[in-house]
Amino acid sequence: MTGRAHDGREGARPIHLRWRYLGLVAAGGAVGTALREALSLLLPPVEGIDVAVLGINIVGAFLLGVLLEHLARRGADEGGRRTARLLLGTGVLGGFTTYSALAVDTSLLFAADRGWPALAYGLGSVLVGALAAWAGITVSAAAGRARRSTGDGE
Amino acid sequence: MNPLLFLAISVAGGVGAALRLAVDGILRARIRIAYPLGTTVINVTGSLVLGFLVGLALTGVLSTEWRLILGTGLMGGYTTFSTASVETVRLLQSRRFAAALGTGLGMLVISVLAASLGLWVGSRF
Repeated sequence: MTGRAHDGREGARPIHLRWRYLGLVAAGGAVGTALREALSLLLPPVEGIDVAVLGINIVGAFLLGVLLEHLARRGADEGGRRTARLLLGTGVLGGFTTYSALAVDTSLLFAADRGWPALAYGLGSVLVGALAAWAGITVSAAAGRARRSTGDGE
Repeated sequence: MNPLLFLAISVAGGVGAALRLAVDGILRARIRIAYPLGTTVINVTGSLVLGFLVGLALTGVLSTEWRLILGTGLMGGYTTFSTASVETVRLLQSRRFAAALGTGLGMLVISVLAASLGLWVGSRF
């Protein structure tokens, strides 16, 4: 992940201090947050567990795995690939998934003396999230190899 | 939900996401270590602030609308689960097991403790 914070051009401002990139991430983040809120309105919490956030986090981890592996296989983080990473990855999927709600809901479950559901929700999210990210990376890597072997899209 | 509130939550989420990019970039530039510290700092501070906001809302100090805009929107967009998951897998793939335990279990434990502290402080007002 080194070199991600800086543009390839000499003397260029780092990504996180450039309005164009901050704007891309903000636009994507607004879309991701809107999707998360819409799903939360459709799927109310069950027994103190926010099933919408749980599903969002798992699906989001899978999709970010797919996206980042795909972009890394296509080439260096520049031009259109960087735009896609910031808009779709850091922005849309970063804003779609959330960690603060997971932490606060887990804490509220503990406070309500519901230790087992709290542990299951907290640990389960992190474990299944990592599995989902791994699955996304693996699927994307396999698709990349298939494209390469058929010469398609190269 | 009224459309204006929905829009405000979404815009706040966009601001939160941009803030995440800025904080992560600043930490990367200042603290040059191989551990992905930015995501941990972001998720722990975001959990602390969301806990505080929810605490304030539980005691009626903060309205539901502002809890949704600042909590679900701003803090929801600022913190992220997907990057944390991918970073954990990348660390496992490079056989950095202790670091992966940090971005997986460690981040969860510290974030839940931070959220509890925020809830406790917020509900004192």
